[in-house]
Amino acid sequence: MTDLSALRSDFPILKRTFDGRELVYLDSAATTQKPVQVIEAVDAYYREKNANVHRGTYRLSAEATDAFEQARAKVASFIGSPKSEQLVFTRGATTALNFVAYGWGLHRLREGDRILLTVMEHHSNIVPWQMVAKLTGAELVYLGLDDDYRVDLTELDRVFDERVKIVAVSGMSNVTGARGPVAELVAAADGTNAIVVVDGAQLVPHDRVDVASMGADFLAFSAHKMLGPTGIGALWGKEERLEEMEPTEGGGEMISDVGLTESRWAPVPHKFEAGTPPIAQAVGFGAAVDYLDKIGMDTVRDHERELTAYALERLAEIPDLRVYGPRDVEGRGGAVSFELGDIHAHDIATILDDHGIAVRAGHHCAKPLMRHLHVPATARASFYIYNTPAEVDRLAEALLDARRVFGLA
Amino acid sequence: MSPLDELYREVILDHYRNPRHRGSLNGPHVHAEGLNPSCGDEFALDLSVEGDTITDVAIQGQGCSISQASGSMMADAIVGRNFDEVEDMIRKFRLMMTIDEGDNPVDPERPGAVLGDLEALQGVRKFPVRIKCADLAWTTLTDALAKARANA
Ligand SMILES: Cc1ncc(COP(=O)(O)O)c(C=O)c1O
Repeated sequence: MTDLSALRSDFPILKRTFDGRELVYLDSAATTQKPVQVIEAVDAYYREKNANVHRGTYRLSAEATDAFEQARAKVASFIGSPKSEQLVFTRGATTALNFVAYGWGLHRLREGDRILLTVMEHHSNIVPWQMVAKLTGAELVYLGLDDDYRVDLTELDRVFDERVKIVAVSGMSNVTGARGPVAELVAAADGTNAIVVVDGAQLVPHDRVDVASMGADFLAFSAHKMLGPTGIGALWGKEERLEEMEPTEGGGEMISDVGLTESRWAPVPHKFEAGTPPIAQAVGFGAAVDYLDKIGMDTVRDHERELTAYALERLAEIPDLRVYGPRDVEGRGGAVSFELGDIHAHDIATILDDHGIAVRAGHHCAKPLMRHLHVPATARASFYIYNTPAEVDRLAEALLDARRVFGLA
Repeated sequence: MSPLDELYREVILDHYRNPRHRGSLNGPHVHAEGLNPSCGDEFALDLSVEGDTITDVAIQGQGCSISQASGSMMADAIVGRNFDEVEDMIRKFRLMMTIDEGDNPVDPERPGAVLGDLEALQGVRKFPVRIKCADLAWTTLTDALAKARANA
């Protein structure tokens, strides 16, 4: 198995204990832990370079601006962006998706147009589209799932007609772990008027992404799910799309000229970055992608594939445990949702927490998916580079204890 | 007993798996609904009232064992009680579930004497994030009672 256990010592929080038991952190789909390299980059920025960006004439401000723009270049190159200007810093994936919905969708959608989604989307890739659909009279159409929890494309020909203007799909589900059919939807949109928006919040942290070969129009992701700080994420876009897109927020930093009644926007990406940006967070984001680059995203992916395979194998040994997600680790990531007998997901999470194991329980911000699966809630274990087979073993043991507590013989 | 076993006592699991008074009422009744948006637990109840006495109750809902067992035990405990008695019970239950040990109205020498089976829920106090689960049925009951009083 790909052994990354040496890098655990980079993550100070993994030394924490609860009731004497070492923390087993299995909630990286919600947010990942941070290595010292990221923590120190943020710290060093504040100690040595802090100033507001893009406006100072003094040298310190120039250094801060350089650090911020270097971070942009790093993140852009991490996803294979031809130019770093195509990378807009946002508050996170949610803000990035809202920018596309309000900045692009709102100005182009007409009554009767369609926005094509999948039922496995996170609320952040549903609700902004609902809001914009309401304002424009566009309608939402959804692709369902097949028996293996993958997006069912058999209906695609029926729903994909000239009315579809936006296709918004998750690169990877935060609930089932299934990959979204990005390539298939990009192919379907090719030659039509539809743009493809990829929610990369789970995909970008877990696999190599190359926007040039992906072919999507927009890609949204969050730093905090890939070792970086909270409060920052990114929207990548094709140049033409970013030029077409209107800013959603107005203010300082995003203008080239301001008159009494009208203003002109700064060039991309700055027209989308109103106000003082999260500068230290951007620097931390840059350090996070440096860290991932050093490991190599292929290694990140291999480790996760192997660990997920092992977890699925161990979970299959537990009586009455049902996994909601693809069985085959090809084409899936390391989020594993499950139910155990008649034990409610919150009770599972409480029992696992008693064992020092952090998992998430609930609807995972994907209520349409939960309804589609006919489950009110699932427990979810999700893995990242610092997780080990020994931690999977502790999860399996704790789940057996949950059976005991609930008297499941 | 470990804190976990104290949390998930036999009687709690029994109410979770075999909830009492589950269903809805046909005759005239007041209805109230509660939701814990953070975890998705749902609870609803129908109260049938004569004068100031609760003559029948029916509960609905879905969620974790603590929220559902708390509702089932509560339903058992309030049938045949008048409004003042139920309000006193709500007060005592809330005191029992606050973390501060000093306030607990339950008598450790006489288990069950103050709040009956409901006392089994004391184990939740060691799991502060779950107290809101136990409380869901009781906030819903408080709503229903306000409606019943307004009707009376
Ligand atoms: C698939 C998916 N999309 C979008 C988001 C939203 O990310 P954020 O909350 O960082 O904006 C998340 C994270 O919760 C996610 O898992």
